[in-house]
Amino acid sequence: MNKIIENTKLSESVVKMVLEAPVIAQKRKAGQFIILKIDEKGERIPLTIVDSDSQAGTITIIYQVVGKTTSLLARMKAGDALQDLQGPLGNPTEIENYGKVVCIGGGVGVGVVYPLAVALKKAGNEVISIIGARTKDLIILEKEMEKVSDKLIVATDDGSYGFHGFVSVVLQQLIEKGEKIDRVFAIGPVPMMKVLCDVTRAPGIKTIVSLNSIMVDATGMCGACRVSVAGKTKFTCVDGPEFDGHDVDFKLLANRLKMYCDPEREAYENHKCGCDGN
Amino acid sequence: METKEIKEKKEKVPRQKMPEQEPGKRIRNFEEVPFGYSAETAIIEAKRCIQCKKPGCIAGCPVDVKIPEFIKDIAEGRFIEAAWKLKETNGLPAVCGRVCPQEDQCEKFCILGKKGEPVAIGRLERFAADFERNGGNIEIPPPVKSNGKKIAIAGAGPSGLTIAGDLVKLGYEVTIFEALHKAGGVLVYGIPEFRLPKAIVEAEVEYLRQLGVKIETNFVIGRTKTIDELFAEGFHAMFIGVGAGAPVFMDIPGENLSGIYSANEYLTRSNLMKAYLFPEYDTPIVRGKRVAVIGGGNVAMDSVRTALRLGAERAMIIYRRTEVEMPARKEEVHHAQEEGVEFLMLTAPVEYIGNDAGWVTGMKCLKMELGEADASGRRSPVPIKGSEYIIDVDTVVVAVGTMANPIIPVTTPGLETNRKGYIVTRDESGLTSRDGIYAGGDIVTGSATVILAMGAGRKAATAIHEYLSKK
Repeated sequence: MNKIIENTKLSESVVKMVLEAPVIAQKRKAGQFIILKIDEKGERIPLTIVDSDSQAGTITIIYQVVGKTTSLLARMKAGDALQDLQGPLGNPTEIENYGKVVCIGGGVGVGVVYPLAVALKKAGNEVISIIGARTKDLIILEKEMEKVSDKLIVATDDGSYGFHGFVSVVLQQLIEKGEKIDRVFAIGPVPMMKVLCDVTRAPGIKTIVSLNSIMVDATGMCGACRVSVAGKTKFTCVDGPEFDGHDVDFKLLANRLKMYCDPEREAYENHKCGCDGN
Repeated sequence: METKEIKEKKEKVPRQKMPEQEPGKRIRNFEEVPFGYSAETAIIEAKRCIQCKKPGCIAGCPVDVKIPEFIKDIAEGRFIEAAWKLKETNGLPAVCGRVCPQEDQCEKFCILGKKGEPVAIGRLERFAADFERNGGNIEIPPPVKSNGKKIAIAGAGPSGLTIAGDLVKLGYEVTIFEALHKAGGVLVYGIPEFRLPKAIVEAEVEYLRQLGVKIETNFVIGRTKTIDELFAEGFHAMFIGVGAGAPVFMDIPGENLSGIYSANEYLTRSNLMKAYLFPEYDTPIVRGKRVAVIGGGNVAMDSVRTALRLGAERAMIIYRRTEVEMPARKEEVHHAQEEGVEFLMLTAPVEYIGNDAGWVTGMKCLKMELGEADASGRRSPVPIKGSEYIIDVDTVVVAVGTMANPIIPVTTPGLETNRKGYIVTRDESGLTSRDGIYAGGDIVTGSATVILAMGAGRKAATAIHEYLSKK
């Protein structure tokens, strides 16, 4: 069980893993995630299900190496197995034919927005996708996104590939050009999601974000993942992970993501602490 | 528990004490506090039992342990036989001997308790179960021939484990579906190592496995598969024993600041994930210096004693009533006091204050006084006007209760729940509004005790057996 079928690098720090998980593969819907635990002493970490193959009984996850657990994960080989794999968890994305949707992914967030784009396209939407990263080498899933989008715009912070600038600027320009957008799906680092929500607030475009809070059990029994949405406390794992971005308290989320920076650094000294929303 | 010796009647053998770790030493480790009886002490204590013709103690036990019989075995040195006798009706004796509130159950009805101190039934139960386990010679009854009927159980906590043990002995094919990666429910994620070593829970779960119970971990009923999908796969009846695992927060300003935990999260990190062994184990936990635990139940005591062991300089219990009303076991309150926990009674937080980084730094509290008794007879705390003051804290654990988790009710059409989200049962059998679906333990009653959940599992086992025997 939980056998690794494939574990390949997509970029310098982003890895794609295909896992044997027939029950999850059959059941999962776009927007849902799993919890995995490598071994007896491991921690439980949440990762979005990027893709699944119910015939082969496999699921695909994409992760960025940011700390001890993801680094250990990256070192595993096809044929190895994870001790624990739980899912599918969280509410599926509400997929409808909204008309014209913009799917935005930043960094490893492209892996999270990809299954949404697939489902939204299938439901008849016109899909414009914007994917971005710090630099060219960190862009992932470009071909896959292109396949499911009517239009794809790639952006890099340093201008090494595609549009020179943030994905939020691309979105801003689309809006300014008069593109009639019915819904935005934005997934990436917390500061990116916050800025994107600021861009869509004034024109009143409903913007769905997928939150990446700290989780432990992910079945609603602890509240580690609690966030404030429209002034109310919600648990990301059972009430989300997707929420209306205009109602999310991003500052609180960013603060809570930093709760374990010190011990995480201790556990993974040589790497930059990955809990700042990246 | 009471350790006072009987002074008036010196000729009588007093209730035997259990040696325990010194407070000064034990607050620096997570090892079990009481060491348990030696064989000699167990025999002395067992001989205090007068073997009543009509024992009251059994009636006080929700799973009807044959108390005088197992105690007689111990008194006569047949320790293994005592353990087997216990296991006839109780699949988890090493657990129950440790965590049951015996003072409110079996020992409350012990005749010796009328004039002196009751027989230490819990300590003897623990002794027999430990003796068998430590001997490494656990007797597994011969497998029962399958009757071809399949039972699904949601949740591997005390109620689910009990009903599984009962039904597998009757020939049912039993599968427990557990959401977490380990079986045991509150026994593994909630109750700390220093009160209930996890190796003991694992051994008792292993015993059930050897009886033939299948346990599927990482299986969230409602998400991984729904109850109706399991019925469609050929299960004949279902028991829901998923507990009341959702945390309750007080909904006061600042409660989402960093450093504020639900007791469930705090204890899950420490117990299930072994965060107290970080970085050997990967899960981190905040090692606060000034820790406030809100609440007065056993979960609050477990949390505050965990905080001490994680290195707190000040570990405080904040409770809005007085020590008399605290629902925690007296033994646990006593242990906490010995260990240096501060008890701030008649105090209630009204707001949390944080710094620029969003970390909790203080807690605004109100002083309370006890007002009139309410309908339940408890005097309700009434805030004293203008009594606000601030307590400096860097970590807070909210232990004011838990509620029902909605995943199963929401994904099971026709399953009736009450206003608070607990599953409604028709009677003691645990039958729900759906044919063939039974429920028991905290998901029906709200947070209660391990042994009451086990009692509910026992009753549902009888009911399911009757239901399927008629079919």
